[in-house]
Amino acid sequence: MISLTDVTMTYGDLTVLGPVTLDIPAGGVTALVGPNGAGKSTLLTIVGRLTTPTTGRVSVGGHDVSTTPGRTLAKTVSILRQENHFVTRLTVRELVGFGRFPHSQGRLNADDHAKVDEAIAFLDLTELSGRYLDQLSGGQRQRAYVAMVLAQDTDYILLDEPLNNLDMKHAVAMMGQLRRAADELGKTIVIVVHDINFAAAYADRIVALADGRVVHVGSPGDLMTSDTLEEVFGTPVEVRRDGPYPLAVYYR
Amino acid sequence: MIVTAPSSRKLGHRVALPAAAAGVAALVVLSLFVGAYDLTADAFGGEMFFISRVPRTLALVLAGCAMAVSGLIMQLLTQNRFVEPSTTGTSEWAALGLLVTVLLAPGAPLLVRMVVASVAAFVGTMIFIGILRRISLRSSLVVPLIGIMLGAVVSAFTTYLAVSTNSLQMLGTWFMGSFTSIVRGRYEVLWVVAIVVLLVFLYADRITVAGLGRDIATSVGLDHTRVMLIGTGLVAVATGVTTVVVGFLPFLGLVVPNLVSMWRGDNARANLPWVCLGGVAIVVVCDIVGRVIRMPFEVPVSMILGVVGSAVFITLLLRMRARG
Amino acid sequence: MAEVLTRPAPARALRRPRIVARFGILALIVVAAAVGVLTWNVPGEPGSRAFWLAVNLRVVSVATIALVACCQAVATVLFHTATANRILTPSIMGFDALYVVMQTALVFFFGSSALSATDGLLKVVVQSVLMVGFATLLYGWLFAGRRGNLHIMLLVGVVLGVGFGSLSTVMQRLLTPSDFDVLSARLFGNLSNSDAEYLPWGALVVAVVLVIVWRARHRLDVLALGREASVNLGLAYRREVVGMLVLVAVLISVSTTMVGPMTFFGFLVATLAYQLAGSAQHRVVLPFAVLLGMATLLGGYFVLRHVFYAAGMLSIIIEFVGGVFFLVYLLRKGSL
Repeated sequence: MISLTDVTMTYGDLTVLGPVTLDIPAGGVTALVGPNGAGKSTLLTIVGRLTTPTTGRVSVGGHDVSTTPGRTLAKTVSILRQENHFVTRLTVRELVGFGRFPHSQGRLNADDHAKVDEAIAFLDLTELSGRYLDQLSGGQRQRAYVAMVLAQDTDYILLDEPLNNLDMKHAVAMMGQLRRAADELGKTIVIVVHDINFAAAYADRIVALADGRVVHVGSPGDLMTSDTLEEVFGTPVEVRRDGPYPLAVYYR
Repeated sequence: MIVTAPSSRKLGHRVALPAAAAGVAALVVLSLFVGAYDLTADAFGGEMFFISRVPRTLALVLAGCAMAVSGLIMQLLTQNRFVEPSTTGTSEWAALGLLVTVLLAPGAPLLVRMVVASVAAFVGTMIFIGILRRISLRSSLVVPLIGIMLGAVVSAFTTYLAVSTNSLQMLGTWFMGSFTSIVRGRYEVLWVVAIVVLLVFLYADRITVAGLGRDIATSVGLDHTRVMLIGTGLVAVATGVTTVVVGFLPFLGLVVPNLVSMWRGDNARANLPWVCLGGVAIVVVCDIVGRVIRMPFEVPVSMILGVVGSAVFITLLLRMRARG
Repeated sequence: MAEVLTRPAPARALRRPRIVARFGILALIVVAAAVGVLTWNVPGEPGSRAFWLAVNLRVVSVATIALVACCQAVATVLFHTATANRILTPSIMGFDALYVVMQTALVFFFGSSALSATDGLLKVVVQSVLMVGFATLLYGWLFAGRRGNLHIMLLVGVVLGVGFGSLSTVMQRLLTPSDFDVLSARLFGNLSNSDAEYLPWGALVVAVVLVIVWRARHRLDVLALGREASVNLGLAYRREVVGMLVLVAVLISVSTTMVGPMTFFGFLVATLAYQLAGSAQHRVVLPFAVLLGMATLLGGYFVLRHVFYAAGMLSIIIEFVGGVFFLVYLLRKGSL
């Protein structure tokens, strides 16, 4: 379980997030949604201990993220942000191999290589595994980063807008793969998504943020109503419930 | 992470720039009236004003603005905060041009030396850009890397030449940033820099977009390579010419843009006037101090800039750090 | 969105032999140059006292060069990794400037004879301690604290470096030309500045540092990915970076106190190493950089000393040749 207690993030006298007190139960896919600037990424990076909150405590899987040694945390929770610019030139395989670092400290054994192969295959990258990252398209690169995080094999996986740059087919495939990871491998996945419909179709629960506060938490069935979505996003939204999952229509 | 200020602060921000400009203008006026020569003493006062004070102050403004702005442009284009205008390598070409002039035509007047050195800087810029054109500019590090390497090659050659002809100390003295010898007839080359700064202001939007990266620039319809080359060329010329006329001025290209963006975020268009004002203010203040501190002798501005500037910049940097 | 089809990188199996060949060539150059320096045109009858004196001197030279090359190459690669920025050199942190200001102050206050009068192990140790102490204070205070910020720390280092440089210039301006000449000889990387007394200690310190660095090679690979990836993968980021930077300080101070500042050499070697080593992994790049540095410096020294008789210009020649080589290489390759 991920728990946040009284977490705030302020820059100077501007409060970007908080106070937030939230529990995300273990297992399943949780989506963080909300308009731009709502604090979703900030929340995610605080949970992933990339950012230190101004106040509050966060624990993931029973570990307090501010006091637990980095190595232990790296085997429990992994996080991937949107912008990844590396100074070094890496191939796909080398990048994904880094995901095994918390486990093997850089010396990859047969087991590690197997996990790397699995992650690469999972994200449909086997043919590209020898290519350098700068030779890939944005979408292929994105999948490579997610493969690295998958290879890290943590119980909790945090992804900041993993569907960016992915075309339709690969976005659906990615969400399917994340869903499988949650169902078959028991992982807890928290993703920030911009497209509310992906959240509605794949997530077990949705946490809606606006203006740095959590405004709604619930299952897609509960959350996906016209009124709630309009309140969160500040724009008219119609919700259709005639299919397998609720669909938000807001394009015109 | 750029955080926009709440709207109640907007009014304060809107007067901030004009207020700062007024402050800098006051400094500039002060500079016009500081000096060992008493302007009211005799009939020559008025002439001296236009022979010495005005050119000097003009040079201060031009040089300060040019170097600071050049630094901003370089950092934008390379998406790297630690790149200085000197990484275009043109100052080294200027030094070579100067050395060759001194060796081949020791009797040549100062202006001739300056022009030749500036031309050398310009030629160096063309060579630099010529090399850049043949190399894929995908990585943002290519420009400063090539500039550094080219500069190293030229500077090695110049040093070799200087050591063999015993001119090393002379080179060092020439290139030490100083406005002492700026008088009418000895600085006009610097006006080239004014044109460059003007072009930079006009080109600022395109440079900003180019600084966001090749992909974004191309999708917006910008010829990324062309903007890179033009921006680099402008910086190179400005740096080369300033170094020739005034000498090397530390800090301006690196620290001023960094301080401004730490304070105000990374909007180049909005930062440009502040960077310009900052550069001018620093240089003018240091020059005034240099003129006053050991009157009637003058301490070169680069020394004041180096020593006093260090203290000032470090204090500012630490304050930025404390703010978090 | 269409997949971009680019020419695939040559398969690992094909790249390997080329890289191994480069390693081999470099090693050969190093050995050949070392042998050359030691044995070429030794004055005096073989076996005579003069002969062995000359050979001893040369052994010291070779050892010093090898050590300096190693220090500069490794320090620069480490610095690049720790700062995740390959356009910087350790000298921007002000080490060289600190060294210059110390030498200049010595001449300024006590005259140029003071330079040679104080030469010796004690002076070298004091200088090294001052430089490493300065660095550690800087890093510890500015970066390791809760409000640590790499960017600001680097800028403060730059500012301090320029500040020291200005101080030096102020003092240098006031020197007599003869004093300036004596001083300036010390301010370029110059082998004749080296002190045989310090050599074994320097070698010991460097050996210890190299062992530490080698054992950290996998962590360095992760560090090179930047702060967020490092934290994600479980590294104690700040501690690692500060640790690496202190090691950089130690290496640079050993090198600088032995032969004077060599601002560009490490940068050149590191930059070339990234291009030629064929891999981003530190276990490949570090040895490659060391070999490349030694080959360049030893080879250059041999050529200059015994072929062109211009050994005093070593660093200048290296800058020139190295820079040209890099530019030609880049132009032919078409990209970084």
